[in-house]
Amino acid sequence: MSAISLPDALGHFGPYGGRYVPEVLMSPLEELERAYVEARQDPEFRAELNSLLRHYAGRPTPLYFARRLSESLGSAQIWLKREDLLHTGAHKINNCLGQILLARRMGKRRIIAETGAGQHGVATATVCALFGMECIVYMGEEDMRRQRLNVFRMRLLGATVAGVANGSRTLKDAISEAMRDWVTNVGTTHYLLGSALGAHPYPMMVRDFHKVIGEEARAQAMEQMGRLPDSVIACVGGGSNAIGIFYPFVADKTVRLIGVEAGGRGHKLGDHAARFSGGSPGVLHGAFSYLLQDEEGQVGLTHSVSAGLDYALIGPEHAWLHDQHRAEYVSVSDADALSAAKTLARMEGIIPALESSHAIAEAIRRAPLEPNSSFIVNVSGRGDKDIDIYRENMPELDKT
Amino acid sequence: MSVETTTRIGEMFERCRAGRRKAFIAYLTAGDPNTEQTAPLVLALERGGADLIELGVPFSDPIADGPVIQRASDRALRAGVKLSRILEMVREIRRHSEIPLLLFSYLNPLMRYGFERLAKDAANAGADAVLLTDLCVEEAEEPVRKLREQNLDTVFLAAPTSTEQRLRLVAEHSSGFIYLVSRTGVTGEQASLSEALEPLAKRMRAFTDLPLAAGFGISTPEQALEAASVADGVVVGSAIVRQIEKHMADANIAAELEAFTRRFTAPLRAQ
Repeated sequence: MSAISLPDALGHFGPYGGRYVPEVLMSPLEELERAYVEARQDPEFRAELNSLLRHYAGRPTPLYFARRLSESLGSAQIWLKREDLLHTGAHKINNCLGQILLARRMGKRRIIAETGAGQHGVATATVCALFGMECIVYMGEEDMRRQRLNVFRMRLLGATVAGVANGSRTLKDAISEAMRDWVTNVGTTHYLLGSALGAHPYPMMVRDFHKVIGEEARAQAMEQMGRLPDSVIACVGGGSNAIGIFYPFVADKTVRLIGVEAGGRGHKLGDHAARFSGGSPGVLHGAFSYLLQDEEGQVGLTHSVSAGLDYALIGPEHAWLHDQHRAEYVSVSDADALSAAKTLARMEGIIPALESSHAIAEAIRRAPLEPNSSFIVNVSGRGDKDIDIYRENMPELDKT
Repeated sequence: MSVETTTRIGEMFERCRAGRRKAFIAYLTAGDPNTEQTAPLVLALERGGADLIELGVPFSDPIADGPVIQRASDRALRAGVKLSRILEMVREIRRHSEIPLLLFSYLNPLMRYGFERLAKDAANAGADAVLLTDLCVEEAEEPVRKLREQNLDTVFLAAPTSTEQRLRLVAEHSSGFIYLVSRTGVTGEQASLSEALEPLAKRMRAFTDLPLAAGFGISTPEQALEAASVADGVVVGSAIVRQIEKHMADANIAAELEAFTRRFTAPLRAQ
């Protein structure tokens, strides 16, 4: 089976993916899948989504040649896919617009979501405001502390931010709490899941709503570079921005696909979110994929300076691309990501999100080793939300 | 699939049927509040009249559980409970009792242990069945085969949202009994019994002769009686776990739990 036709009817990418949820959610997931497949084929649905992506979100986003950065690293060319320029400041809006149209189509008026860094929460609150729907965003209390600005943005947009005090009080616990809400209110509620995670059809549907990133980048590369890039680099938490930009390149065998996980502050379980080097296959939140877990199958704690990469399971399609050797996955430390953010700010006048900084760091590491080659880096979000963390970590710039 | 009468669970439901009464099924989290107390608490539940024990194998991310069982899972994990230790508890209980024991958990801890190894070790220890909240029938072929090879029953959930097609699959994959989720929601006490239970029991009955046990949100003797009028057994979980939480520092916790259980089982037996 070619990678392009995956997942199968039950949501499998090879052995990964599937549906591992309480029975209460199985019929609703089947209903969601039917509604999505139907909508995907409906020209009116596609036209409305495309119009919103263009006129509301600001697509297409530019593919920008980072000349000063590239020249500082030798002869390689680094191109930036500017998802940070989208409305709400990150790629997340692509998926939110798709799912809110689907929720309306299904007659669901109550929207719930989880958020880590807050970008998906802000994008969800935004589309709920746009369509006049009730919005509840679950967010770990640790993430609320790290991303105070986004908490306020969500509230300003009319959403309720529900703090989650369980477990590590991060993204994992926010998803668990959102799933508990969904199990309880499934008749009236759409769960607007924000990454390429969870039970089928979410990994497929979220990928499809984000593949516009890769489709644009591919066409822009042909037009602006005159050829396909040698490598495409994206950060991977759950993996939505990465699968969105990778997917349209999967059939282009000459293009290397490089996913960057959070290396955090060390290699010990609990100090990072590098699922491929530190994890093994397991089930969390509805999907089978690479999971950080202990000997007993309990989910491991994770750490990353970037809340959006701080999650124990990688999206199942990435697990499949990894095992097929179609994509490679590396990790970048907190320190290198912070340093890359500063470099991009100084060289190109672009302050990236901490998540995207991991991908930029990997491009900066590779460029001198691969002369004359070309890279497209997905700048999945902008850094405004991370200013507090940048300030904490760059005290030399914050003297009064 | 016909009713299994050779397993402890099948025999228990047969006895209940012969005695014209409904089964009382009690849930507790293994290792809550510590690993030493689980076996004595199970025996206390049995003295209080429980017919089957669901032994919760704690998981770090229990998405189907409300706050009471989440806290119990946390306590058990902090007490360092492991699946191998829980199987020792099963062995210990078996030295004193023939009460049917069902391992109730999520997929990941059991998958990590390995289903072939688990089936053998659980059967040897004296466990009778496995129920995994997040394992739906579509993904269950291999676990069901390996568990059944060791004569362990496989219990699946049926929910008010399940379509007829799904109820048929649940019936095909289940043995011992079928667990009716009485309402859409997580585990936890509720003020009243859900109206969704009776229609679900009727719809499920069309596909199976297996006993039907109702659970999720049954927390008072009155609700248990009401649920028993439409099912062959009732499951009480969070209300029992809350008693354990309330009395966990008391020396007489076993006696308290036994008395609490009797409040449910006495009216059920008086029917």
